[in-house]
Amino acid sequence: MTNFTTRNKMPPSLKGLVSAAFWIGVWSGTSLLIGQELLIPGPVSVLRRLIALAGRLSFWQAAGISLLRIFGGFTAGVLIGGVLAVLTFRFELLDALFSPVIRIIRATPVASFIILALLWIGHSLVPAFISMLMVVPVVWQSLRVAISETDVSLIEMAQIYRFSAVKTLKLIYIPSVLPAFSAACLTSIGLAWKSGIAAEVLCLPRNSIGTGLYYSKIYLETPSLFAWTAVVVTLSFILEKLFAVAIGKRGAGK
Amino acid sequence: MISLKNVCLSFGGKNVLDNFSIGIPDKGVTCFSGPSGCGKTTLFRVIAGLNTVESGEVICDFKKPAFLFQEDRLLPWLTAIQNVAAVLPRNGSGEAARLLRNVGLESEQNALPSELSGGMRRRVAFARALAYGGDLLLLDEPFKGLDEDMTARLAAMVSGSGIPALVITHSENEIRLLGGRVLRFGGPPLALF
Repeated sequence: MTNFTTRNKMPPSLKGLVSAAFWIGVWSGTSLLIGQELLIPGPVSVLRRLIALAGRLSFWQAAGISLLRIFGGFTAGVLIGGVLAVLTFRFELLDALFSPVIRIIRATPVASFIILALLWIGHSLVPAFISMLMVVPVVWQSLRVAISETDVSLIEMAQIYRFSAVKTLKLIYIPSVLPAFSAACLTSIGLAWKSGIAAEVLCLPRNSIGTGLYYSKIYLETPSLFAWTAVVVTLSFILEKLFAVAIGKRGAGK
Repeated sequence: MISLKNVCLSFGGKNVLDNFSIGIPDKGVTCFSGPSGCGKTTLFRVIAGLNTVESGEVICDFKKPAFLFQEDRLLPWLTAIQNVAAVLPRNGSGEAARLLRNVGLESEQNALPSELSGGMRRRVAFARALAYGGDLLLLDEPFKGLDEDMTARLAAMVSGSGIPALVITHSENEIRLLGGRVLRFGGPPLALF
Protein backbone atom coordinates (compact mmCIF):
# COMPACT_ATOMS: atom_id res chain seq x y z
CA MET A 1 0.00 0.00 0.00
CA THR A 2 1.30 3.40 -0.86
CA ASN A 3 1.06 6.06 1.77
CA PHE A 4 0.84 9.70 0.69
CA THR A 5 1.46 12.58 3.01
CA THR A 6 -0.09 15.83 1.80
CA ARG A 7 0.27 19.42 3.00
CA ASN A 8 -2.50 21.95 2.72
CA LYS A 9 -1.38 24.64 0.28
CA MET A 10 -1.74 28.17 1.68
CA PRO A 11 -1.81 31.17 -0.73
CA PRO A 12 1.49 33.13 -0.40
CA SER A 13 -0.30 36.38 0.57
CA LEU A 14 -2.20 34.62 3.36
CA LYS A 15 1.03 32.91 4.48
CA GLY A 16 2.70 36.34 4.75
CA LEU A 17 -0.23 37.78 6.71
CA VAL A 18 -0.30 34.83 9.13
CA SER A 19 3.47 35.07 9.64
CA ALA A 20 3.35 38.85 10.21
CA ALA A 21 0.39 38.56 12.60
CA PHE A 22 2.16 35.82 14.57
CA TRP A 23 5.41 37.77 15.03
CA ILE A 24 3.66 41.06 15.81
CA GLY A 25 1.73 39.07 18.43
CA VAL A 26 5.00 37.71 19.88
CA TRP A 27 6.46 41.25 19.88
CA SER A 28 3.36 42.74 21.61
CA GLY A 29 3.31 39.92 24.15
CA THR A 30 7.01 40.32 24.98
CA SER A 31 6.64 44.11 25.26
CA LEU A 32 3.64 43.75 27.58
CA LEU A 33 5.43 41.10 29.65
CA ILE A 34 8.56 43.22 30.14
CA GLY A 35 6.54 46.39 30.56
CA GLN A 36 9.42 48.80 29.87
CA GLU A 37 9.30 50.93 26.69
CA LEU A 38 13.02 51.58 27.05
CA LEU A 39 13.85 47.90 26.52
CA ILE A 40 11.11 46.74 24.14
CA PRO A 41 8.53 49.24 22.94
CA GLY A 42 5.25 47.79 21.66
CA PRO A 43 4.24 47.84 17.98
CA VAL A 44 1.65 50.60 18.57
CA SER A 45 4.14 53.06 20.08
CA VAL A 46 6.66 52.28 17.31
CA LEU A 47 3.98 52.89 14.70
CA ARG A 48 3.02 56.17 16.42
CA ARG A 49 6.68 57.27 16.37
CA LEU A 50 7.00 56.26 12.73
CA ILE A 51 3.94 58.33 11.82
CA ALA A 52 5.36 61.27 13.78
CA LEU A 53 8.72 60.93 12.00
CA ALA A 54 7.04 60.64 8.61
CA GLY A 55 5.39 64.01 9.19
CA ARG A 56 8.75 65.75 9.19
CA LEU A 57 10.62 66.83 6.04
CA SER A 58 13.95 65.89 7.67
CA PHE A 59 12.81 62.24 7.86
CA TRP A 60 12.22 62.02 4.12
CA GLN A 61 15.48 63.86 3.43
CA ALA A 62 17.38 61.44 5.67
CA ALA A 63 15.73 58.37 4.10
CA GLY A 64 16.22 59.69 0.54
CA ILE A 65 19.85 60.70 1.00
CA SER A 66 20.76 57.43 2.79
CA LEU A 67 19.07 55.54 -0.04
CA LEU A 68 21.05 57.48 -2.66
CA ARG A 69 24.34 57.04 -0.79
CA ILE A 70 23.95 53.33 -0.25
CA PHE A 71 22.51 52.61 -3.68
CA GLY A 72 25.40 54.58 -5.18
CA GLY A 73 27.88 52.46 -3.20
CA PHE A 74 26.03 49.29 -4.20
CA THR A 75 26.08 50.23 -7.89
CA ALA A 76 29.78 51.11 -7.77
CA GLY A 77 30.46 47.79 -5.96
CA VAL A 78 28.57 45.80 -8.60
CA LEU A 79 30.44 47.55 -11.43
CA ILE A 80 33.89 47.20 -9.81
CA GLY A 81 33.22 43.59 -8.74
CA GLY A 82 32.01 42.74 -12.26
CA VAL A 83 34.97 44.34 -14.03
CA LEU A 84 37.42 42.73 -11.60
CA ALA A 85 35.79 39.31 -12.14
CA VAL A 86 36.26 39.60 -15.91
CA LEU A 87 39.83 40.89 -15.59
CA THR A 88 40.95 38.31 -13.01
CA PHE A 89 39.42 35.54 -15.14
CA ARG A 90 41.12 36.81 -18.28
CA PHE A 91 44.57 37.71 -16.89
CA GLU A 92 46.37 35.34 -14.54
CA LEU A 93 48.66 38.08 -13.23
CA LEU A 94 45.71 40.25 -12.22
CA ASP A 95 44.11 37.22 -10.58
CA ALA A 96 47.30 36.65 -8.56
CA LEU A 97 47.35 40.33 -7.56
CA PHE A 98 43.71 40.93 -6.73
CA SER A 99 42.37 37.60 -5.44
CA PRO A 100 44.19 37.74 -2.07
CA VAL A 101 43.22 41.39 -1.56
CA ILE A 102 39.55 40.69 -2.20
CA ARG A 103 39.66 37.69 0.14
CA ILE A 104 41.22 39.89 2.85
CA ILE A 105 38.50 42.53 2.35
CA ARG A 106 35.87 39.82 2.77
CA ALA A 107 37.40 38.58 6.02
CA THR A 108 38.08 42.01 7.59
CA PRO A 109 35.46 43.34 10.08
CA VAL A 110 33.41 46.16 8.59
CA ALA A 111 34.10 48.37 11.67
CA SER A 112 37.84 48.38 10.86
CA PHE A 113 37.13 49.68 7.37
CA ILE A 114 34.68 52.30 8.65
CA ILE A 115 37.24 53.70 11.12
CA LEU A 116 39.99 53.66 8.49
CA ALA A 117 37.73 55.28 5.90
CA LEU A 118 36.83 58.00 8.42
CA LEU A 119 40.51 58.90 8.51
CA TRP A 120 40.93 58.80 4.74
CA ILE A 121 37.80 60.38 3.24
CA GLY A 122 35.01 62.83 4.06
CA HIS A 123 32.26 61.76 6.51
CA SER A 124 29.49 61.87 3.96
CA LEU A 125 31.37 59.60 1.52
CA VAL A 126 32.21 56.85 4.03
CA PRO A 127 28.80 55.03 3.92
CA ALA A 128 28.85 54.80 0.11
CA PHE A 129 32.50 53.69 0.19
CA ILE A 130 31.79 51.01 2.82
CA SER A 131 28.73 49.73 0.93
CA MET A 132 30.84 49.49 -2.20
CA LEU A 133 33.62 47.68 -0.34
CA MET A 134 31.21 45.08 1.05
CA VAL A 135 29.57 44.44 -2.33
CA VAL A 136 32.77 44.02 -4.39
CA PRO A 137 33.91 40.64 -2.92
CA VAL A 138 30.43 39.07 -3.15
CA VAL A 139 29.90 40.10 -6.77
CA TRP A 140 33.50 39.35 -7.73
CA GLN A 141 33.50 35.83 -6.30
CA SER A 142 30.09 34.83 -7.71
CA LEU A 143 30.90 36.20 -11.17
CA ARG A 144 34.44 34.82 -11.19
CA VAL A 145 33.16 31.30 -10.46
CA ALA A 146 30.24 31.64 -12.91
CA ILE A 147 32.53 32.83 -15.74
CA SER A 148 34.98 29.98 -15.18
CA GLU A 149 32.09 27.49 -15.14
CA THR A 150 30.67 28.68 -18.48
CA ASP A 151 30.09 25.63 -20.67
CA VAL A 152 33.30 25.13 -22.68
CA SER A 153 31.43 23.13 -25.33
CA LEU A 154 29.30 26.21 -26.11
CA ILE A 155 32.42 28.38 -26.37
CA GLU A 156 33.85 25.82 -28.81
CA MET A 157 30.59 25.93 -30.81
CA ALA A 158 30.88 29.74 -30.93
CA GLN A 159 34.47 29.36 -32.15
CA ILE A 160 33.43 27.02 -34.96
CA TYR A 161 30.54 29.24 -36.05
CA ARG A 162 32.78 32.30 -35.79
CA PHE A 163 30.76 34.30 -33.28
CA SER A 164 32.25 37.73 -32.75
CA ALA A 165 33.45 38.61 -29.23
CA VAL A 166 30.32 40.71 -28.68
CA LYS A 167 28.05 37.90 -29.89
CA THR A 168 29.82 35.35 -27.66
CA LEU A 169 29.43 37.70 -24.70
CA LYS A 170 25.75 38.37 -25.46
CA LEU A 171 24.66 34.85 -26.38
CA ILE A 172 26.88 32.72 -24.11
CA TYR A 173 28.65 34.49 -21.25
CA ILE A 174 25.90 36.88 -20.10
CA PRO A 175 23.07 34.28 -20.03
CA SER A 176 25.45 31.80 -18.35
CA VAL A 177 26.43 34.12 -15.51
CA LEU A 178 23.11 35.95 -15.10
CA PRO A 179 21.62 33.60 -12.43
CA ALA A 180 24.77 33.81 -10.27
CA PHE A 181 25.02 37.56 -10.84
CA SER A 182 21.38 38.13 -9.82
CA ALA A 183 21.80 36.04 -6.67
CA ALA A 184 24.99 37.92 -5.76
CA CYS A 185 23.27 41.29 -6.28
CA LEU A 186 20.28 40.30 -4.16
CA THR A 187 22.62 39.20 -1.32
CA SER A 188 24.68 42.36 -1.78
CA ILE A 189 21.71 44.73 -1.46
CA GLY A 190 21.09 43.58 2.13
CA LEU A 191 24.81 43.69 2.87
CA ALA A 192 25.18 47.20 1.41
CA TRP A 193 22.30 48.43 3.55
CA LYS A 194 23.58 46.92 6.78
CA SER A 195 27.15 48.09 6.31
CA GLY A 196 26.14 51.50 4.93
CA ILE A 197 23.85 52.23 7.89
CA ALA A 198 26.54 51.01 10.32
CA ALA A 199 28.96 53.46 8.64
CA GLU A 200 26.39 56.27 8.98
CA VAL A 201 26.01 55.51 12.71
CA LEU A 202 29.78 55.85 13.17
CA CYS A 203 30.31 58.82 10.81
CA LEU A 204 27.11 60.79 11.51
CA PRO A 205 26.77 62.48 8.12
CA ARG A 206 24.06 65.18 7.92
CA ASN A 207 20.67 63.90 6.81
CA SER A 208 21.00 60.15 7.27
CA ILE A 209 19.12 57.23 8.76
CA GLY A 210 22.28 56.26 10.68
CA THR A 211 22.37 59.66 12.38
CA GLY A 212 18.71 59.17 13.35
CA LEU A 213 19.60 55.77 14.83
CA TYR A 214 22.56 57.26 16.70
CA TYR A 215 20.48 60.04 18.33
CA SER A 216 17.81 57.48 19.24
CA LYS A 217 20.52 55.66 21.19
CA ILE A 218 21.93 58.83 22.78
CA TYR A 219 18.48 60.00 23.97
CA LEU A 220 17.38 56.45 24.88
CA GLU A 221 14.50 56.76 22.40
CA THR A 222 13.94 53.05 21.82
CA PRO A 223 10.68 53.53 19.86
CA SER A 224 12.60 55.84 17.46
CA LEU A 225 15.34 53.23 17.17
CA PHE A 226 12.73 50.63 16.21
CA ALA A 227 11.05 53.08 13.82
CA TRP A 228 14.31 53.91 12.00
CA THR A 229 15.16 50.19 11.87
CA ALA A 230 11.76 49.52 10.31
CA VAL A 231 12.56 52.17 7.67
CA VAL A 232 15.89 50.46 6.89
CA VAL A 233 14.26 47.04 6.59
CA THR A 234 11.41 48.38 4.44
CA LEU A 235 13.76 50.22 2.05
CA SER A 236 15.97 47.12 1.79
CA PHE A 237 12.92 44.97 0.91
CA ILE A 238 11.75 47.52 -1.67
CA LEU A 239 15.19 47.65 -3.30
CA GLU A 240 15.42 43.85 -3.37
CA LYS A 241 11.96 43.59 -4.96
CA LEU A 242 12.75 46.29 -7.55
CA PHE A 243 16.01 44.55 -8.42
CA ALA A 244 14.31 41.15 -8.69
CA VAL A 245 11.66 42.64 -11.03
CA ALA A 246 14.36 44.35 -13.15
CA ILE A 247 16.36 41.13 -13.47
CA GLY A 248 13.19 39.14 -14.21
CA LYS A 249 12.32 41.56 -17.02
CA ARG A 250 15.85 41.36 -18.41
CA GLY A 251 15.61 37.55 -18.39
CA ALA A 252 12.24 37.56 -20.10
CA GLY A 253 13.38 40.07 -22.68
CA LYS A 254 16.37 38.06 -23.85
CA MET B 1 42.19 19.23 -50.15
CA ILE B 2 42.37 17.67 -46.70
CA SER B 3 45.59 15.91 -45.88
CA LEU B 4 47.23 14.76 -42.66
CA LYS B 5 50.87 13.62 -42.67
CA ASN B 6 52.51 11.79 -39.75
CA VAL B 7 50.22 13.45 -37.26
CA CYS B 8 50.62 12.68 -33.54
CA LEU B 9 48.15 13.62 -30.82
CA SER B 10 47.67 12.14 -27.37
CA PHE B 11 45.38 12.76 -24.42
CA GLY B 12 46.55 11.87 -20.92
CA GLY B 13 49.37 9.68 -22.24
CA LYS B 14 47.04 7.80 -24.61
CA ASN B 15 47.99 8.06 -28.28
CA VAL B 16 44.89 8.82 -30.31
CA LEU B 17 46.74 9.77 -33.50
CA ASP B 18 50.14 8.09 -33.82
CA ASN B 19 52.03 9.02 -37.00
CA PHE B 20 48.66 9.06 -38.71
CA SER B 21 48.48 9.97 -42.40
CA ILE B 22 45.47 10.27 -44.66
CA GLY B 23 44.29 12.10 -47.75
CA ILE B 24 40.55 12.79 -47.69
CA PRO B 25 38.62 13.40 -50.91
CA ASP B 26 37.33 16.97 -50.97
CA LYS B 27 34.23 16.43 -53.05
CA GLY B 28 30.92 14.72 -52.32
CA VAL B 29 30.16 12.72 -49.19
CA THR B 30 32.75 10.65 -47.32
CA CYS B 31 31.59 8.40 -44.49
CA PHE B 32 33.87 7.57 -41.58
CA SER B 33 33.05 4.30 -39.89
CA GLY B 34 34.70 2.48 -37.02
CA PRO B 35 34.30 1.45 -33.40
CA SER B 36 33.51 4.05 -30.73
CA GLY B 37 36.59 5.65 -29.21
CA CYS B 38 38.93 4.82 -32.10
CA GLY B 39 39.66 8.52 -32.73
CA LYS B 40 37.25 9.59 -35.48
CA THR B 41 35.92 12.58 -33.54
CA THR B 42 39.48 13.64 -32.70
CA LEU B 43 40.30 13.50 -36.40
CA PHE B 44 37.31 15.79 -37.13
CA ARG B 45 38.40 18.18 -34.37
CA VAL B 46 41.89 18.35 -35.89
CA ILE B 47 40.43 19.06 -39.34
CA ALA B 48 38.18 21.79 -37.84
CA GLY B 49 41.17 23.34 -36.06
CA LEU B 50 39.80 22.70 -32.57
CA ASN B 51 42.76 20.50 -31.59
CA THR B 52 46.37 21.34 -32.37
CA VAL B 53 48.51 18.37 -33.26
CA GLU B 54 51.74 17.64 -31.34
CA SER B 55 53.67 16.86 -34.54
CA GLY B 56 53.04 16.26 -38.22
CA GLU B 57 51.30 18.32 -40.87
CA VAL B 58 47.64 19.14 -41.35
CA ILE B 59 46.51 20.69 -44.63
CA CYS B 60 42.89 21.76 -44.94
CA ASP B 61 41.96 24.03 -47.82
CA PHE B 62 38.48 24.59 -46.41
CA LYS B 63 38.28 27.89 -44.56
CA LYS B 64 34.79 27.74 -43.13
CA PRO B 65 33.86 24.27 -41.86
CA ALA B 66 30.43 23.75 -40.25
CA PHE B 67 30.73 21.22 -37.44
CA LEU B 68 27.73 19.26 -36.20
CA PHE B 69 29.15 18.02 -32.91
CA GLN B 70 28.32 14.67 -31.39
CA GLU B 71 26.43 16.61 -28.70
CA ASP B 72 23.80 19.13 -29.85
CA ARG B 73 25.47 22.16 -28.21
CA LEU B 74 22.36 24.31 -28.51
CA LEU B 75 22.12 27.49 -26.47
CA PRO B 76 19.60 26.50 -23.79
CA TRP B 77 18.22 30.04 -23.36
CA LEU B 78 17.43 30.51 -27.06
CA THR B 79 14.49 29.04 -28.97
CA ALA B 80 15.00 26.63 -31.88
CA ILE B 81 14.74 29.40 -34.48
CA GLN B 82 17.05 31.70 -32.49
CA ASN B 83 19.63 28.90 -32.24
CA VAL B 84 19.64 28.46 -36.01
CA ALA B 85 19.55 32.21 -36.70
CA ALA B 86 22.52 32.70 -34.34
CA VAL B 87 24.93 31.47 -37.05
CA LEU B 88 23.32 33.57 -39.77
CA PRO B 89 23.89 37.25 -40.49
CA ARG B 90 21.37 39.72 -39.00
CA ASN B 91 17.74 39.22 -40.07
CA GLY B 92 18.38 35.57 -40.84
CA SER B 93 15.22 34.34 -39.16
CA GLY B 94 13.49 33.76 -42.53
CA GLU B 95 16.26 31.39 -43.62
CA ALA B 96 16.28 29.76 -40.17
CA ALA B 97 12.51 29.18 -40.39
CA ARG B 98 12.91 27.63 -43.87
CA LEU B 99 15.59 25.24 -42.65
CA LEU B 100 13.57 24.25 -39.59
CA ARG B 101 10.62 23.56 -41.89
CA ASN B 102 12.87 21.36 -44.03
CA VAL B 103 13.81 19.26 -41.00
CA GLY B 104 10.17 18.95 -39.93
CA LEU B 105 10.22 21.42 -37.04
CA GLU B 106 7.91 24.13 -38.34
CA SER B 107 5.68 23.98 -35.26
CA GLU B 108 8.57 23.82 -32.77
CA GLN B 109 10.37 26.98 -33.90
CA ASN B 110 9.66 28.86 -30.73
CA ALA B 111 10.39 26.00 -28.34
CA LEU B 112 13.42 26.05 -26.06
CA PRO B 113 15.83 23.10 -26.34
CA SER B 114 14.62 21.82 -22.95
CA GLU B 115 11.10 21.56 -24.41
CA LEU B 116 12.25 19.42 -27.35
CA SER B 117 12.94 15.69 -27.57
CA GLY B 118 16.49 14.43 -28.23
CA GLY B 119 15.71 13.82 -31.90
CA MET B 120 14.21 17.31 -32.30
CA ARG B 121 17.27 18.92 -30.70
CA ARG B 122 19.44 16.94 -33.12
CA ARG B 123 17.47 18.34 -36.03
CA VAL B 124 17.86 21.91 -34.75
CA ALA B 125 21.64 21.37 -34.50
CA PHE B 126 21.57 19.87 -38.02
CA ALA B 127 19.64 22.88 -39.37
CA ARG B 128 22.14 25.20 -37.68
CA ALA B 129 25.08 23.42 -39.36
CA LEU B 130 23.42 23.79 -42.77
CA ALA B 131 22.42 27.41 -42.07
CA TYR B 132 26.01 28.41 -41.43
CA GLY B 133 26.85 28.23 -45.13
CA GLY B 134 30.19 26.55 -44.58
CA ASP B 135 32.41 25.23 -47.36
CA LEU B 136 32.71 21.84 -45.62
CA LEU B 137 30.27 19.86 -43.48
CA LEU B 138 31.76 17.90 -40.59
CA LEU B 139 28.90 15.80 -39.26
CA ASP B 140 29.56 13.66 -36.20
CA GLU B 141 26.76 11.09 -35.92
CA PRO B 142 24.23 13.51 -37.44
CA PHE B 143 21.25 11.15 -37.38
CA LYS B 144 21.57 9.99 -33.77
CA GLY B 145 18.12 9.52 -32.24
CA LEU B 146 16.21 9.99 -35.50
CA ASP B 147 13.71 7.57 -37.03
CA GLU B 148 14.32 5.98 -40.44
CA ASP B 149 12.16 8.41 -42.43
CA MET B 150 13.78 11.48 -40.90
CA THR B 151 17.25 9.94 -41.34
CA ALA B 152 16.52 9.40 -45.05
CA ARG B 153 15.21 12.99 -45.39
CA LEU B 154 18.26 14.52 -43.71
CA ALA B 155 20.70 12.23 -45.57
CA ALA B 156 19.16 13.45 -48.85
CA MET B 157 19.69 17.05 -47.69
CA VAL B 158 23.38 16.31 -47.05
CA SER B 159 23.90 14.57 -50.40
CA GLY B 160 21.92 17.23 -52.26
CA SER B 161 23.58 20.22 -50.61
CA GLY B 162 26.53 20.17 -53.00
CA ILE B 163 28.82 20.93 -50.07
CA PRO B 164 31.64 18.43 -49.42
CA ALA B 165 30.63 16.44 -46.32
CA LEU B 166 32.54 14.21 -43.95
CA VAL B 167 30.16 12.08 -41.89
CA ILE B 168 30.91 9.88 -38.88
CA THR B 169 28.42 7.05 -38.64
CA HIS B 170 28.12 3.55 -37.20
CA SER B 171 25.17 2.61 -39.35
CA GLU B 172 25.43 0.74 -42.65
CA ASN B 173 21.96 2.02 -43.51
CA GLU B 174 23.11 5.63 -43.11
CA ILE B 175 26.18 4.89 -45.27
CA ARG B 176 23.86 3.50 -47.94
CA LEU B 177 21.54 6.50 -47.74
CA LEU B 178 24.40 9.00 -47.95
CA GLY B 179 26.15 7.26 -50.82
CA GLY B 180 29.69 8.39 -51.58
CA ARG B 181 32.88 6.89 -50.24
CA VAL B 182 33.43 4.97 -47.02
CA LEU B 183 36.60 5.02 -44.94
CA ARG B 184 36.76 2.32 -42.27
CA PHE B 185 38.90 2.80 -39.20
CA GLY B 186 40.17 0.88 -36.20
CA GLY B 187 42.04 1.92 -33.09
CA PRO B 188 43.06 3.67 -30.96
CA PRO B 189 45.44 4.85 -32.17
CA LEU B 190 43.36 5.61 -35.25
CA ALA B 191 44.24 3.38 -38.22
CA LEU B 192 42.70 3.21 -41.67
CA PHE B 193 41.72 -0.28 -42.82
